[in-house]
Amino acid sequence: MSDLASLFLRAAFVENMPLTFFLGLCTFIALSRKTGPALGLGVAMVAVMGVTVPLNHVIFHGLLAPGAWAWAGLADTDLSYLRLIAFIGVIAATVQLLEMVLDRFFPAIHASFGVFLPLLTVQCAILAGSLFMVERSYTLAQSTVFGLGAGFGFAVAAVMLAAIRARLSYADLPRGLNGLGITFFLAGLMSLGFSAFAQMVAS
Amino acid sequence: MAARPSSWSILTDPLIRQNPVTLQILGLCSALAVTTSVATALTMSAALTAVLVLSAALISMIRNHIPGSIRLIVQIVIVASLVIVIDQLLQAYLFDISQRLSVFVSLITTNCLVLGRTESFSRHNPPGRAMLDALGNGLGYSLALLVIGSIRELFGTGAWLGWQVLPTVDQGGWFTPLSLMLLAPSGFFLLGGLVWALRSVLPEQAEDPELLPPDRPEDIA
Repeated sequence: MSDLASLFLRAAFVENMPLTFFLGLCTFIALSRKTGPALGLGVAMVAVMGVTVPLNHVIFHGLLAPGAWAWAGLADTDLSYLRLIAFIGVIAATVQLLEMVLDRFFPAIHASFGVFLPLLTVQCAILAGSLFMVERSYTLAQSTVFGLGAGFGFAVAAVMLAAIRARLSYADLPRGLNGLGITFFLAGLMSLGFSAFAQMVAS
Repeated sequence: MAARPSSWSILTDPLIRQNPVTLQILGLCSALAVTTSVATALTMSAALTAVLVLSAALISMIRNHIPGSIRLIVQIVIVASLVIVIDQLLQAYLFDISQRLSVFVSLITTNCLVLGRTESFSRHNPPGRAMLDALGNGLGYSLALLVIGSIRELFGTGAWLGWQVLPTVDQGGWFTPLSLMLLAPSGFFLLGGLVWALRSVLPEQAEDPELLPPDRPEDIA
Protein backbone atom coordinates (compact mmCIF):
# COMPACT_ATOMS: atom_id res chain seq x y z
CA MET A 1 0.00 0.00 0.00
CA SER A 2 2.81 2.39 0.87
CA ASP A 3 4.28 1.60 -2.54
CA LEU A 4 1.16 2.92 -4.19
CA ALA A 5 1.15 6.01 -1.98
CA SER A 6 4.74 6.81 -2.84
CA LEU A 7 4.03 6.19 -6.52
CA PHE A 8 1.19 8.70 -6.26
CA LEU A 9 3.45 11.31 -4.65
CA ARG A 10 6.15 10.63 -7.18
CA ALA A 11 3.82 10.99 -10.14
CA ALA A 12 2.27 14.14 -8.69
CA PHE A 13 5.32 16.07 -7.51
CA VAL A 14 8.72 14.63 -8.45
CA GLU A 15 7.74 13.86 -12.01
CA ASN A 16 5.33 16.73 -12.39
CA MET A 17 4.24 16.64 -16.02
CA PRO A 18 4.28 20.32 -16.99
CA LEU A 19 7.12 21.51 -14.81
CA THR A 20 9.76 18.80 -15.11
CA PHE A 21 8.87 17.03 -18.36
CA PHE A 22 7.45 20.01 -20.29
CA LEU A 23 4.41 17.90 -21.08
CA GLY A 24 1.01 19.45 -21.59
CA LEU A 25 2.35 22.97 -21.55
CA CYS A 26 -0.03 24.40 -24.12
CA THR A 27 -3.12 23.90 -22.00
CA PHE A 28 -1.13 24.54 -18.83
CA ILE A 29 -0.18 28.03 -19.96
CA ALA A 30 -3.34 28.91 -21.84
CA LEU A 31 -5.86 27.94 -19.18
CA SER A 32 -4.07 29.22 -16.09
CA ARG A 33 -5.22 32.80 -16.52
CA LYS A 34 -7.82 32.47 -13.77
CA THR A 35 -8.17 29.92 -11.01
CA GLY A 36 -11.67 28.80 -12.07
CA PRO A 37 -10.80 27.40 -15.51
CA ALA A 38 -7.50 26.11 -14.12
CA LEU A 39 -9.39 24.10 -11.53
CA GLY A 40 -11.78 22.83 -14.22
CA LEU A 41 -8.84 21.80 -16.37
CA GLY A 42 -7.24 20.05 -13.40
CA VAL A 43 -10.40 18.08 -12.66
CA ALA A 44 -10.71 17.15 -16.33
CA MET A 45 -7.08 16.01 -16.36
CA VAL A 46 -7.56 13.83 -13.27
CA ALA A 47 -10.70 12.32 -14.80
CA VAL A 48 -9.22 11.70 -18.24
CA MET A 49 -5.90 10.34 -16.99
CA GLY A 50 -7.52 8.24 -14.27
CA VAL A 51 -9.67 6.58 -16.92
CA THR A 52 -7.35 6.34 -19.91
CA VAL A 53 -4.17 5.04 -18.28
CA PRO A 54 -5.76 1.90 -16.76
CA LEU A 55 -7.93 1.42 -19.85
CA ASN A 56 -4.88 1.57 -22.07
CA HIS A 57 -3.16 -0.83 -19.70
CA VAL A 58 -5.94 -3.37 -20.24
CA ILE A 59 -5.90 -2.83 -24.01
CA PHE A 60 -2.14 -3.05 -24.28
CA HIS A 61 -1.80 -6.23 -22.26
CA GLY A 62 -4.97 -7.81 -23.62
CA LEU A 63 -4.49 -7.11 -27.32
CA LEU A 64 -1.18 -5.55 -28.27
CA ALA A 65 1.62 -6.89 -26.08
CA PRO A 66 3.81 -9.69 -27.46
CA GLY A 67 2.08 -13.00 -26.79
CA ALA A 68 -1.33 -11.48 -26.10
CA TRP A 69 -2.85 -13.62 -28.84
CA ALA A 70 -1.30 -16.86 -27.57
CA TRP A 71 -4.75 -18.28 -26.78
CA ALA A 72 -5.65 -18.02 -30.45
CA GLY A 73 -2.53 -19.88 -31.51
CA LEU A 74 -0.70 -16.69 -32.53
CA ALA A 75 1.99 -16.72 -29.85
CA ASP A 76 4.48 -14.80 -32.00
CA THR A 77 2.19 -11.92 -32.85
CA ASP A 78 3.58 -8.62 -31.58
CA LEU A 79 1.26 -5.72 -32.23
CA SER A 80 2.93 -3.28 -29.85
CA TYR A 81 3.83 -0.94 -32.72
CA LEU A 82 0.14 -0.16 -32.96
CA ARG A 83 0.03 1.21 -29.45
CA LEU A 84 0.31 4.85 -30.49
CA ILE A 85 -2.86 4.69 -32.57
CA ALA A 86 -4.69 2.54 -30.02
CA PHE A 87 -3.88 4.86 -27.13
CA ILE A 88 -4.79 7.95 -29.08
CA GLY A 89 -8.07 6.40 -30.11
CA VAL A 90 -8.98 5.66 -26.51
CA ILE A 91 -7.98 9.15 -25.39
CA ALA A 92 -9.86 10.85 -28.22
CA ALA A 93 -13.01 8.88 -27.47
CA THR A 94 -12.78 9.70 -23.76
CA VAL A 95 -12.26 13.39 -24.43
CA GLN A 96 -15.11 13.56 -26.91
CA LEU A 97 -17.36 11.90 -24.35
CA LEU A 98 -16.25 14.41 -21.73
CA GLU A 99 -16.90 17.26 -24.17
CA MET A 100 -20.45 16.06 -24.82
CA VAL A 101 -21.16 15.67 -21.10
CA LEU A 102 -19.79 19.12 -20.30
CA ASP A 103 -21.66 20.71 -23.19
CA ARG A 104 -24.91 19.15 -21.99
CA PHE A 105 -24.63 19.67 -18.23
CA PHE A 106 -22.03 22.42 -17.61
CA PRO A 107 -22.21 24.82 -20.58
CA ALA A 108 -20.34 27.56 -18.69
CA ILE A 109 -17.27 25.40 -18.11
CA HIS A 110 -17.54 24.14 -21.68
CA ALA A 111 -17.51 27.70 -23.03
CA SER A 112 -14.52 28.71 -20.92
CA PHE A 113 -12.48 25.80 -22.31
CA GLY A 114 -13.01 26.95 -25.89
CA VAL A 115 -10.70 25.30 -28.38
CA PHE A 116 -8.63 23.81 -25.59
CA LEU A 117 -11.04 21.04 -24.69
CA PRO A 118 -10.65 19.25 -28.03
CA LEU A 119 -6.96 19.90 -27.59
CA LEU A 120 -7.03 17.72 -24.46
CA THR A 121 -7.01 14.86 -26.96
CA VAL A 122 -3.58 15.97 -27.98
CA GLN A 123 -2.51 16.74 -24.46
CA CYS A 124 1.04 15.45 -24.48
CA ALA A 125 0.74 14.69 -20.77
CA ILE A 126 -2.17 12.31 -21.24
CA LEU A 127 -0.55 10.34 -24.04
CA ALA A 128 2.78 10.38 -22.24
CA GLY A 129 1.06 8.93 -19.17
CA SER A 130 0.03 5.91 -21.19
CA LEU A 131 3.44 5.61 -22.86
CA PHE A 132 5.22 5.77 -19.50
CA MET A 133 2.83 3.12 -18.20
CA VAL A 134 4.03 0.74 -20.92
CA GLU A 135 7.68 1.71 -20.60
CA ARG A 136 7.77 1.13 -16.84
CA SER A 137 5.51 -1.98 -17.00
CA TYR A 138 3.11 -0.94 -14.25
CA THR A 139 0.43 -3.32 -13.02
CA LEU A 140 -3.22 -2.37 -13.35
CA ALA A 141 -3.38 -0.96 -9.81
CA GLN A 142 -0.14 0.92 -10.27
CA SER A 143 -1.24 2.43 -13.58
CA THR A 144 -4.50 3.64 -12.04
CA VAL A 145 -2.59 5.30 -9.22
CA PHE A 146 -0.05 6.69 -11.65
CA GLY A 147 -2.75 8.17 -13.86
CA LEU A 148 -4.56 9.76 -10.93
CA GLY A 149 -1.30 11.04 -9.44
CA ALA A 150 -0.07 12.58 -12.68
CA GLY A 151 -3.44 14.23 -13.23
CA PHE A 152 -3.43 15.52 -9.66
CA GLY A 153 0.08 16.93 -10.05
CA PHE A 154 -1.01 18.71 -13.20
CA ALA A 155 -4.05 20.12 -11.42
CA VAL A 156 -1.96 21.36 -8.50
CA ALA A 157 0.58 23.02 -10.77
CA ALA A 158 -2.11 24.64 -12.93
CA VAL A 159 -4.05 26.01 -9.95
CA MET A 160 -0.86 27.31 -8.31
CA LEU A 161 0.24 29.04 -11.48
CA ALA A 162 -3.22 30.54 -11.93
CA ALA A 163 -3.16 31.80 -8.35
CA ILE A 164 0.20 33.49 -8.84
CA ARG A 165 -0.99 35.02 -12.09
CA ALA A 166 -4.10 36.34 -10.39
CA ARG A 167 -1.94 37.93 -7.69
CA LEU A 168 0.22 39.50 -10.36
CA SER A 169 -2.61 40.97 -12.36
CA TYR A 170 -2.23 44.31 -10.58
CA ALA A 171 1.55 44.32 -10.96
CA ASP A 172 3.04 46.98 -13.18
CA LEU A 173 5.05 44.82 -15.57
CA PRO A 174 7.01 45.95 -18.60
CA ARG A 175 4.53 46.01 -21.46
CA GLY A 176 6.14 43.25 -23.50
CA LEU A 177 6.20 40.95 -20.50
CA ASN A 178 2.46 41.03 -19.86
CA GLY A 179 0.61 37.75 -20.20
CA LEU A 180 2.66 35.06 -21.87
CA GLY A 181 6.13 36.36 -21.07
CA ILE A 182 5.75 36.60 -17.32
CA THR A 183 3.95 33.26 -17.28
CA PHE A 184 7.04 31.54 -18.63
CA PHE A 185 9.20 33.14 -15.98
CA LEU A 186 6.73 32.06 -13.29
CA ALA A 187 6.67 28.52 -14.65
CA GLY A 188 10.46 28.49 -14.64
CA LEU A 189 10.56 29.57 -11.01
CA MET A 190 7.94 26.96 -10.10
CA SER A 191 9.97 24.37 -11.94
CA LEU A 192 13.00 25.29 -9.82
CA GLY A 193 10.81 24.90 -6.74
CA PHE A 194 9.38 21.56 -7.79
CA SER A 195 12.86 20.18 -8.38
CA ALA A 196 13.25 20.31 -4.60
CA PHE A 197 10.55 17.63 -4.30
CA ALA A 198 12.99 15.18 -5.83
CA GLN A 199 14.44 14.53 -2.39
CA MET A 200 11.02 14.00 -0.81
CA VAL A 201 10.24 10.57 -2.28
CA ALA A 202 12.67 7.67 -2.27
CA SER A 203 13.12 6.56 -5.84
CA MET B 1 -12.96 35.55 -42.48
CA ALA B 2 -13.98 38.89 -43.99
CA ALA B 3 -11.07 39.63 -46.31
CA ARG B 4 -9.28 36.57 -47.59
CA PRO B 5 -5.60 37.00 -46.83
CA SER B 6 -3.24 36.53 -49.75
CA SER B 7 -1.23 33.35 -50.12
CA TRP B 8 1.98 35.20 -49.40
CA SER B 9 0.74 36.50 -46.09
CA ILE B 10 -0.60 33.06 -45.15
CA LEU B 11 2.92 31.76 -45.62
CA THR B 12 4.91 34.55 -43.99
CA ASP B 13 2.66 35.71 -41.18
CA PRO B 14 3.33 32.73 -38.93
CA LEU B 15 7.10 33.25 -39.20
CA ILE B 16 7.34 36.10 -36.73
CA ARG B 17 4.14 38.12 -36.61
CA GLN B 18 1.89 35.15 -35.78
CA ASN B 19 4.60 32.82 -34.54
CA PRO B 20 3.00 29.61 -33.28
CA VAL B 21 5.29 29.28 -30.28
CA THR B 22 5.53 32.82 -29.01
CA LEU B 23 2.08 34.15 -29.88
CA GLN B 24 -0.38 31.33 -30.42
CA ILE B 25 0.89 29.24 -27.48
CA LEU B 26 0.89 26.09 -29.59
CA GLY B 27 3.46 23.31 -29.66
CA LEU B 28 5.30 24.33 -26.53
CA CYS B 29 5.84 20.88 -25.05
CA SER B 30 8.36 19.74 -27.59
CA ALA B 31 9.73 23.23 -28.12
CA LEU B 32 11.25 23.19 -24.67
CA ALA B 33 12.09 19.53 -24.30
CA VAL B 34 14.18 19.01 -27.44
CA THR B 35 16.09 22.28 -27.47
CA THR B 36 19.09 21.25 -25.40
CA SER B 37 21.06 21.00 -28.64
CA VAL B 38 20.73 22.44 -32.12
CA ALA B 39 20.88 19.09 -33.91
CA THR B 40 17.87 17.64 -32.08
CA ALA B 41 15.98 20.92 -32.46
CA LEU B 42 16.54 20.90 -36.23
CA THR B 43 15.53 17.25 -36.63
CA MET B 44 12.45 17.81 -34.55
CA SER B 45 11.52 20.90 -36.59
CA ALA B 46 11.92 19.04 -39.87
CA ALA B 47 9.85 16.10 -38.64
CA LEU B 48 7.16 18.37 -37.30
CA THR B 49 6.99 20.49 -40.46
CA ALA B 50 6.66 17.38 -42.61
CA VAL B 51 3.85 15.98 -40.46
CA LEU B 52 2.13 19.34 -40.35
CA VAL B 53 2.16 19.91 -44.13
CA LEU B 54 1.10 16.38 -45.02
CA SER B 55 -1.67 16.22 -42.44
CA ALA B 56 -2.95 19.65 -43.50
CA ALA B 57 -3.12 18.46 -47.11
CA LEU B 58 -4.89 15.20 -46.27
CA ILE B 59 -7.38 16.67 -43.83
CA SER B 60 -8.14 19.60 -46.07
CA MET B 61 -8.86 17.24 -48.98
CA ILE B 62 -11.45 15.25 -47.03
CA ARG B 63 -12.72 18.17 -44.97
CA ASN B 64 -16.20 18.06 -46.48
CA HIS B 65 -16.63 14.37 -45.81
CA ILE B 66 -15.76 14.24 -42.10
CA PRO B 67 -18.81 14.31 -39.84
CA GLY B 68 -18.31 16.93 -37.14
CA SER B 69 -18.83 14.62 -34.22
CA ILE B 70 -15.99 12.25 -35.04
CA ARG B 71 -13.63 14.75 -36.67
CA LEU B 72 -11.15 14.62 -33.80
CA ILE B 73 -10.67 10.90 -34.07
CA VAL B 74 -10.30 11.04 -37.84
CA GLN B 75 -7.74 13.85 -37.65
CA ILE B 76 -5.79 12.14 -34.92
CA VAL B 77 -5.62 8.84 -36.76
CA ILE B 78 -4.27 10.60 -39.85
CA VAL B 79 -1.67 12.45 -37.80
CA ALA B 80 -0.69 9.36 -35.83
CA SER B 81 -0.18 7.33 -39.00
CA LEU B 82 2.05 10.06 -40.44
CA VAL B 83 4.03 10.20 -37.21
CA ILE B 84 4.62 6.46 -37.24
CA VAL B 85 5.98 6.76 -40.79
CA ILE B 86 8.27 9.65 -39.87
CA ASP B 87 9.43 7.82 -36.76
CA GLN B 88 10.35 4.73 -38.78
CA LEU B 89 12.19 6.90 -41.34
CA LEU B 90 14.19 8.62 -38.60
CA GLN B 91 15.09 5.30 -37.01
CA ALA B 92 16.24 4.01 -40.38
CA TYR B 93 18.38 6.94 -41.49
CA LEU B 94 19.17 9.10 -38.43
CA PHE B 95 19.38 6.50 -35.70
CA ASP B 96 21.54 8.49 -33.24
CA ILE B 97 19.33 11.53 -33.26
CA SER B 98 16.17 9.47 -33.12
CA GLN B 99 17.53 7.84 -29.95
CA ARG B 100 18.18 11.25 -28.42
CA LEU B 101 14.71 12.50 -29.31
CA SER B 102 13.25 9.32 -27.73
CA VAL B 103 9.53 9.66 -27.05
CA PHE B 104 9.27 13.17 -28.41
CA VAL B 105 8.89 12.01 -32.00
CA SER B 106 5.87 9.93 -30.99
CA LEU B 107 4.63 12.91 -29.08
CA ILE B 108 4.40 14.92 -32.32
CA THR B 109 1.04 13.18 -32.54
CA THR B 110 -0.03 15.17 -29.54
CA ASN B 111 1.71 18.36 -30.51
CA CYS B 112 -0.97 20.95 -30.07
CA LEU B 113 0.38 22.82 -33.09
CA VAL B 114 -0.66 20.05 -35.49
CA LEU B 115 -4.19 19.66 -34.24
CA GLY B 116 -4.55 23.36 -33.51
CA ARG B 117 -3.85 24.26 -37.14
CA THR B 118 -5.91 21.47 -38.64
CA GLU B 119 -8.78 22.31 -36.34
CA SER B 120 -8.69 26.05 -36.96
CA PHE B 121 -7.45 26.34 -40.54
CA SER B 122 -7.29 23.18 -42.66
CA ARG B 123 -10.86 22.28 -41.78
CA HIS B 124 -12.14 25.40 -43.57
CA ASN B 125 -9.72 25.89 -46.46
CA PRO B 126 -8.77 24.18 -49.72
CA PRO B 127 -5.62 22.03 -49.76
CA GLY B 128 -3.28 24.57 -51.36
CA ARG B 129 -3.90 27.27 -48.79
CA ALA B 130 -3.95 24.75 -45.97
CA MET B 131 -0.51 23.49 -46.98
CA LEU B 132 0.88 27.01 -47.22
CA ASP B 133 -0.44 27.79 -43.78
CA ALA B 134 1.03 24.55 -42.43
CA LEU B 135 4.39 25.26 -44.03
CA GLY B 136 4.46 28.77 -42.61
CA ASN B 137 3.61 27.54 -39.14
CA GLY B 138 6.15 24.75 -39.38
CA LEU B 139 8.85 27.25 -40.35
CA GLY B 140 7.84 29.63 -37.59
CA TYR B 141 8.07 26.78 -35.11
CA SER B 142 11.48 25.81 -36.49
CA LEU B 143 12.69 29.38 -36.14
CA ALA B 144 11.71 29.55 -32.48
CA LEU B 145 13.27 26.16 -31.78
CA LEU B 146 16.46 27.13 -33.58
CA VAL B 147 16.86 30.31 -31.54
CA ILE B 148 16.25 28.60 -28.18
CA GLY B 149 18.33 25.56 -29.12
CA SER B 150 21.25 27.75 -30.21
CA ILE B 151 21.29 29.70 -26.97
CA ARG B 152 20.98 26.62 -24.80
CA GLU B 153 23.67 24.67 -26.61
CA LEU B 154 26.03 27.63 -26.92
CA PHE B 155 25.91 28.60 -23.25
CA GLY B 156 25.29 25.13 -21.86
CA THR B 157 28.20 23.39 -23.57
CA GLY B 158 30.10 26.12 -25.44
CA ALA B 159 29.39 24.43 -28.77
CA TRP B 160 27.05 25.11 -31.67
CA LEU B 161 25.84 22.19 -33.75
CA GLY B 162 28.79 20.19 -32.42
CA TRP B 163 31.49 22.75 -33.21
CA GLN B 164 33.31 24.18 -30.20
CA VAL B 165 32.69 27.92 -30.47
CA LEU B 166 33.59 29.03 -26.96
CA PRO B 167 36.66 27.18 -25.61
CA THR B 168 35.60 25.63 -22.29
CA VAL B 169 37.69 25.52 -19.15
CA ASP B 170 38.04 21.74 -19.44
CA GLN B 171 39.86 22.18 -22.75
CA GLY B 172 42.10 24.96 -21.47
CA GLY B 173 39.89 27.83 -22.60
CA TRP B 174 38.10 30.47 -20.56
CA PHE B 175 34.43 29.59 -20.83
CA THR B 176 32.69 27.86 -17.90
CA PRO B 177 29.60 26.07 -19.21
CA LEU B 178 26.38 27.09 -17.51
CA SER B 179 24.87 23.73 -16.67
CA LEU B 180 21.60 25.38 -15.68
CA MET B 181 21.07 26.00 -19.41
CA LEU B 182 20.62 22.27 -19.91
CA LEU B 183 18.02 21.88 -17.14
CA ALA B 184 14.27 22.36 -17.29
CA PRO B 185 13.88 25.83 -15.72
CA SER B 186 16.19 27.56 -18.18
CA GLY B 187 13.93 26.51 -21.04
CA PHE B 188 11.09 28.42 -19.44
CA PHE B 189 13.27 31.45 -18.72
CA LEU B 190 14.65 31.59 -22.26
CA LEU B 191 11.26 31.28 -23.89
CA GLY B 192 9.93 33.97 -21.57
CA GLY B 193 12.84 36.20 -22.53
CA LEU B 194 12.27 35.49 -26.22
CA VAL B 195 8.62 36.44 -25.93
CA TRP B 196 9.57 39.60 -24.09
CA ALA B 197 12.15 40.58 -26.68
CA LEU B 198 9.80 39.91 -29.57
CA ARG B 199 6.99 41.89 -28.02
CA SER B 200 9.26 44.80 -27.30
CA VAL B 201 10.17 44.94 -30.98
CA LEU B 202 6.60 44.40 -32.14
CA PRO B 203 4.54 46.25 -29.54
CA GLU B 204 1.23 45.40 -31.24
CA GLN B 205 1.67 41.81 -30.00
CA ALA B 206 1.82 42.83 -26.36
CA GLU B 207 -1.16 41.89 -24.25
CA ASP B 208 -2.90 44.64 -22.38
CA PRO B 209 -2.86 44.24 -18.63
CA GLU B 210 -6.03 42.53 -17.52
CA LEU B 211 -6.69 44.95 -14.72
CA LEU B 212 -5.71 48.57 -14.82
CA PRO B 213 -4.23 50.09 -11.69
CA PRO B 214 -6.65 52.22 -9.67
CA ASP B 215 -6.73 55.94 -10.31
CA ARG B 216 -3.37 57.55 -9.93
CA PRO B 217 -3.00 60.45 -7.46
CA GLU B 218 -2.36 62.93 -10.27
CA ASP B 219 -5.66 61.95 -11.90
CA ILE B 220 -7.52 62.72 -8.72
CA ALA B 221 -5.76 66.01 -8.11
